[in-house]
Amino acid sequence: MSSDVKSRPATPMLREILEQPTLLGGIRSTPLPVRLGLAVFALGFLVVNVAIGVLVVSGRLDGHWYDFRDLGNATAALRSWLDDRDLGPWLSYWVTALIGGVGILSFVGGVLLIGTWVERRLLAKFQIRRGPNRVGPFGLLQPLADALKLIQKEVLIPIGADRKLFFLPPILIFIPAMLGWGPVPWAPNMAYLDVNVGLLYVVAISSLAVLAIFIAGWSSNNHYALLGAMRTVAMMVSYEIPVSLSLLSVVLFTGSLQLSEIVAWQSTHNTWLAMILPFSLFTFFFSSTAEINRTPNDIAEAESEIVAGFHTEYSGMKAGLFLAVELGNALLVGALVSTFFLGGYSLFGLEEWIPPYLILFAKISAVYFLFVWLRGTLPRFRLDQLMGYAWKFLIPLSIAFVGISAVEASIFARVDAPGLIVLGAIGIVNVVLTFVLVRAWARVVGYEVPRGEDTRPTLTTAVGGLRAAQRLRVTP
Amino acid sequence: MSVELGHYMAVSGVIFGIGIVVALGKRNAVAVLMGVELMLNAVNLLLLAFARFGAAFADDAAALSGHVFVVFVLTVAAAEAAVVLAMAVLVYRRRETVELDRINLMRW
Amino acid sequence: MESTGIIVAFWVLAAVTVAGALGVIVSRDLLHAIFFLILSFLGMAGLFITLSADFIAVAQVLIYAGAISVLLVFAVMLTPLVSRDNGNSLYVAPGALAGLGLAALVVFVAVDTEWAQLSGDALAARSFPDTVATIGDLLLGRYVLAFEVASILLLFALLGAIVLVHERRADAAAGAADTPANREEAA
Repeated sequence: MSSDVKSRPATPMLREILEQPTLLGGIRSTPLPVRLGLAVFALGFLVVNVAIGVLVVSGRLDGHWYDFRDLGNATAALRSWLDDRDLGPWLSYWVTALIGGVGILSFVGGVLLIGTWVERRLLAKFQIRRGPNRVGPFGLLQPLADALKLIQKEVLIPIGADRKLFFLPPILIFIPAMLGWGPVPWAPNMAYLDVNVGLLYVVAISSLAVLAIFIAGWSSNNHYALLGAMRTVAMMVSYEIPVSLSLLSVVLFTGSLQLSEIVAWQSTHNTWLAMILPFSLFTFFFSSTAEINRTPNDIAEAESEIVAGFHTEYSGMKAGLFLAVELGNALLVGALVSTFFLGGYSLFGLEEWIPPYLILFAKISAVYFLFVWLRGTLPRFRLDQLMGYAWKFLIPLSIAFVGISAVEASIFARVDAPGLIVLGAIGIVNVVLTFVLVRAWARVVGYEVPRGEDTRPTLTTAVGGLRAAQRLRVTP
Repeated sequence: MSVELGHYMAVSGVIFGIGIVVALGKRNAVAVLMGVELMLNAVNLLLLAFARFGAAFADDAAALSGHVFVVFVLTVAAAEAAVVLAMAVLVYRRRETVELDRINLMRW
Repeated sequence: MESTGIIVAFWVLAAVTVAGALGVIVSRDLLHAIFFLILSFLGMAGLFITLSADFIAVAQVLIYAGAISVLLVFAVMLTPLVSRDNGNSLYVAPGALAGLGLAALVVFVAVDTEWAQLSGDALAARSFPDTVATIGDLLLGRYVLAFEVASILLLFALLGAIVLVHERRADAAAGAADTPANREEAA
């Protein structure tokens, strides 16, 4: 409302932003009954929470079916109850499998619905816009409106397309995005598919997505789609290696491929692997952004270069499915980063009071926010830069760090000292080593920005026609 | 009716036969490689089936030797695929074809 | 292997595997053949799971469906135009004869022989509770020599593939000089 703003021609948008009430003003302007009701609600919430806290501390909740901290208990109780009824071994199996599957599907589906809204609003904040705010309160119904719009659109099939293969990818690409959630532990007993090769399973499943993307790009019979698919395949092949190597360090420390074991290790040692293996965290995070086509590595669908990449020819809800899977993959990577490096559902003992799945969800949201932040901040890499970065920088350093963490893990297994001290020393050593090795290696393979050259654009007409252009080309 | 060793062996034999047909009957070098991969897969299935059903193993570790063999087969298959495909790309660059009937430089 | 679930899973997965392998033969397009092959690999991974080989099944998905098939796709894309069709060679008739004969022989022997195999409780006892740890012990214990040789093999395959497709500068220059456009320019 200051005078310098008024001196500018105020757009309606700017006026709207300026006239938005502050938080304090908002509270002051609410009527007294509403304020009283809110206060009573907050008090009741506090009382309920204290009661729950007392219940938890007294240990009356542990392991019963009404132990809301771990929904796996309720499922186990249901299974044993069904087994007692003697209705056949199949019923309890099917019922629990169905509960788990429906749980994962409903969680992912719900998050997909709200996720587009969150991403667009956050990006708008980064770009000093408002974002979608028209449909429903705060624009919350925007994803539904978008879905309705996409469903109504005509489904186009290019004439030259491979019709049989063209229909498959929007469905195929959903399968790895859903199956990847299987082994993620949400609480000690709350993992749908806690196989003892969980880590390998996740890597294997995520490598299947590349095939769906390739089928999409190839069957469209479109240059841009094929270029996008080829870029994806090349990138996936390159970035699988750093992902596997970074996870190898995790396995070396925790000594297990089972995701729940990895979380339990971090929980018992009161540490996050992110502190011990910072370079692995970075490698996994960066390579994952390449694998799931997020900015700054979304060269497979770089809209400024190749229209929309592999899903150029898809229209209507099929394109919507691709976008939804992209979002779901970002959340899945968030879950994996949290599980492998950020302690999963555990939070230094706090998981006894707060339901662990809420802790994991908070961590997933934090990583997802980081993804949106990157998307709002960083420009896109070039294809050759990205490939060179994988092969020349990430892979050699990852191999070096696998060796280092192998030595450290064997030291950790043999030294007879309090775990926290040894791990702290290892963590400090690793941070220093990361810094030194990255600097040294960057000096070896990195390229400097060439100086002393004229970087201003020179127009051919300005220097004298085609002859000048040829002269420029001869002297680089 | 139950599933036994014989069933797995039958599936393995069928896949191996199909692999032979593909490896012998296709013109394209990539397709021939696909046939070889099918045959290796059939062998893997056989090894794993014996590890599961075989009666002559002393303990689990002895039975899991079959799994170790499969790991080696996977390694060899991956290495072989990389080399064969590199050769296919090389031959294509020199001869503009990967059809094995036409790669006949040494017929004289 | 008495429970109904395993039996149904076996027959479904076997059907998927064999159907995928047959698709490799009959499909006219090489890329379709590759996708049928991937289907076959995935069915095979399922069969591995029914044999309680979880580690191998996941490795199968990772290596065959994830890596080798991508390599195949890459090879097809790098050798354009001529390589898209999946035609038969002259040897298809003898090949089919040999393949069918061998398959018939193996199926006959497999079904007809009384194998010394586990069944019932002994079979249920051998369900491999911890495959990964045991395989790791075996790889770095009893089979450590083979393990090292395999690592050297992989290294040589890597080097060989790079050396094979590496374009030396002179070759590249010679190849570039030989294109029709360059010839016209030179003329």
